[in-house]
Amino acid sequence: MTAAESYLPAGWAWYIAIVTVASLAYCLWVLISNNTRKLPGEEVKLHGTNVWDGLREYDNPLPRWWRNLFYITVFFASAYLILYPGIGVSTGILGWSSSGLHKAEVEATEKRVAPMFENYAKQDVAALAADEGATKIGASLFQAYCIQCHGSDMRGAKGFPNLVDADWQWTGTPEGILETILGGRNAAMPAFNEQLNKDQIADVVNYVIQLSGRQVDVASAARGEATFKTVCAACHGPEGKGMQALGAPNLTDSTWLYGGSAAAITETLVKGRAGVMPAFKDFLGEPRVKLLAAYVYAQSREAERTASTQ
Amino acid sequence: MSATATIPNETYDYGVVYRFAIMTVVWGIVGMLYGVIIAAQLVWPELNVHEYLNFGRLRPLHTNTVIFAFGGCALFAASYYVVQRTCHVPLFMPKLAEFTFWGWQLVIVLATITLPLGITTSKEYAELEWPIDLLIAVVWVAYAVVFFGTIAKRRTSHIYVANWFFGAFILTVAILHIVNSAAVPVSLTKSYSAYAGVQDAMVQWWYGHNAVGFFLTAGFLGMMYYFIPKQAERPVYSYRLSVVHFWALIFTYMWAGPHHLHYTALPDWTQSLGMVFSLILLAPSWGGMINGIMTLSGAWHKLRDDPILKFMVTSLSFYGMSTFEGPMMAIKTVNSLSHYTDWTIGHVHSGALGWVAFISIGAIYYMIPRLVGKERMYSTRLMEIHFWMATLAIVLYIAAMWISGVMQGLMWRAVNADGTLTYSFIESVKASYPFWFIRFLGGALYLSGMFLMAYNVWMTVRKSRTVAAPIPQPVVAAA
Repeated sequence: MTAAESYLPAGWAWYIAIVTVASLAYCLWVLISNNTRKLPGEEVKLHGTNVWDGLREYDNPLPRWWRNLFYITVFFASAYLILYPGIGVSTGILGWSSSGLHKAEVEATEKRVAPMFENYAKQDVAALAADEGATKIGASLFQAYCIQCHGSDMRGAKGFPNLVDADWQWTGTPEGILETILGGRNAAMPAFNEQLNKDQIADVVNYVIQLSGRQVDVASAARGEATFKTVCAACHGPEGKGMQALGAPNLTDSTWLYGGSAAAITETLVKGRAGVMPAFKDFLGEPRVKLLAAYVYAQSREAERTASTQ
Repeated sequence: MSATATIPNETYDYGVVYRFAIMTVVWGIVGMLYGVIIAAQLVWPELNVHEYLNFGRLRPLHTNTVIFAFGGCALFAASYYVVQRTCHVPLFMPKLAEFTFWGWQLVIVLATITLPLGITTSKEYAELEWPIDLLIAVVWVAYAVVFFGTIAKRRTSHIYVANWFFGAFILTVAILHIVNSAAVPVSLTKSYSAYAGVQDAMVQWWYGHNAVGFFLTAGFLGMMYYFIPKQAERPVYSYRLSVVHFWALIFTYMWAGPHHLHYTALPDWTQSLGMVFSLILLAPSWGGMINGIMTLSGAWHKLRDDPILKFMVTSLSFYGMSTFEGPMMAIKTVNSLSHYTDWTIGHVHSGALGWVAFISIGAIYYMIPRLVGKERMYSTRLMEIHFWMATLAIVLYIAAMWISGVMQGLMWRAVNADGTLTYSFIESVKASYPFWFIRFLGGALYLSGMFLMAYNVWMTVRKSRTVAAPIPQPVVAAA
């Protein structure tokens, strides 16, 4: 290990090494210099002549088992520091490091499981979604890497899409889901606080609420429709049905990623929204992402089936 | 040797001791109540009713109140009582001692206001913002002046062992607090640490573990070295053991901080040093336990019907247990299982409830009647009930945390054959619920015991004033 790797300028490494060794020696010295013994049959005396508020101390020697325990820990510490990193920038005789340990564990596991993942990687997502072994691994991966945003029940949260409501902001095909996880997605709803004035925004909000079938101020919504058709339709379509290729949501249904109240829609229009799905290709590698995609696809199909039978 | 000779025209300053002793009980109840509330919030998350009262805000208020308000007041009370009596002089600069009382209460009140508001440095056990940190520093320097001034004008030739520990505690806490709280203020309520990255983490845990070592250990060992031999009416077991374990303890604690940062960005060599010196710390810690417990040899029968002695001896048992557990948890392989789990919470509470609180409760029960000129506490039976309630409470608390902690550690590290994790985090949360409920029961029981104590103290002190206690002439024994 170099001094830079140990976060220490070279001079400090020596300083630490000397202080460490001196400290271990100090512990031994404290013990050795206080090594007294009680002769058999000798009566224990009181120490000194001081009496403090009636209190005194006996002159008993250090209990031997306690003294030996102390010695053992000091010797253990010395041996450990010779074997492992610890004295200044010494790496220790064993050459052990925590990053090396991590690397070795990861490599050993990877070597063991790689053939299995390679095998899965040869199949397409739809086939894997029907393979119970594959979706089981996908479920474990989901619970480790995806629940932070999408929830352990896959139903998402504000700003994080529900994956089991049969409604897809991006595409819901097996290959589409795979693409989403591999490369990530960026959904950019621009802020309109400069382009539109306050009244125009209120009108558009009313129109958007009307789109999802709710009662609103009809005159305001009509004014808003004109603005919508010229400004918003570019991404959300002339009928407000959205555009999956851009991740622009359908505004005519009851699914609202950031809330469907007038206040929430106004905030979306005024401030814009930036939805980010991170890319997992480099982090997890393609075989694992494929299993994740298969699991998400299988779960969404399962949810659809349950919904249609009800 | 005349036992009755007193020093004319001087009496002990009991007023400030009395005020700190009473506030120990008050803040004990308040701080433990916060603890019970946050324990309940873990079991019933809907109890997080408001941002000011949610778990994240109340948890630092709980730790600050029990450590610095309850523990701090107990240490002030005991050290002021012990240093006067073992030096056979009144306090040095009593007005300054009075200032430390009001200053310290102000610190606690400010903490109670700012922490729920979310004003925090986010450094654990050092959350208070810089203006409060400055006030703490001023009060602490005043404390040091009073304490060491009293030592300097003592009428005995040597300094009693309890005062070594109090002295080390006062001196070191001053250094720890000033170094770790160094920060750049950007407004009255916001500052940035003077350190960055892994150095900041290391300074924080150098402070954090020494807060345990000096605030919660050395200070309370000072208490132990006076009140146990007093209550047992026996000389301390071994002078030599007290010398060796004192110097070894205060020296070795300084190194132990890195064990809070095992398997992090902290360099391996620093982690190794933290681990091995934590192991070396085992014997020096046990030295205090041995010296306390062996002081009772020849007086074991007194344990039978003396609840004060029961509190004190049990505190040493918990001290011995947690100072064994601590070094074990500092071993890297053990730590990789225990770190971030409830095991740590259990470990801390066996020290806090079992050691720190028990020795303090014993000391308060010892001092209160003497401060107001009574023979004994209002009710020995209530003290006895308090002892058994509190003991049962700790057992419930730490057993629950041990089980849930080890369970969490095992669940988090369980790996399937395919290399994926067996359990999601939320599954470990779900599995912890029964134990969190038992912990809540334990905490509530411990708090109930504190109410018994408050009643008992109130019945003892009502309609009475602090006495002007005469100072006996120091005596010198025959060599």
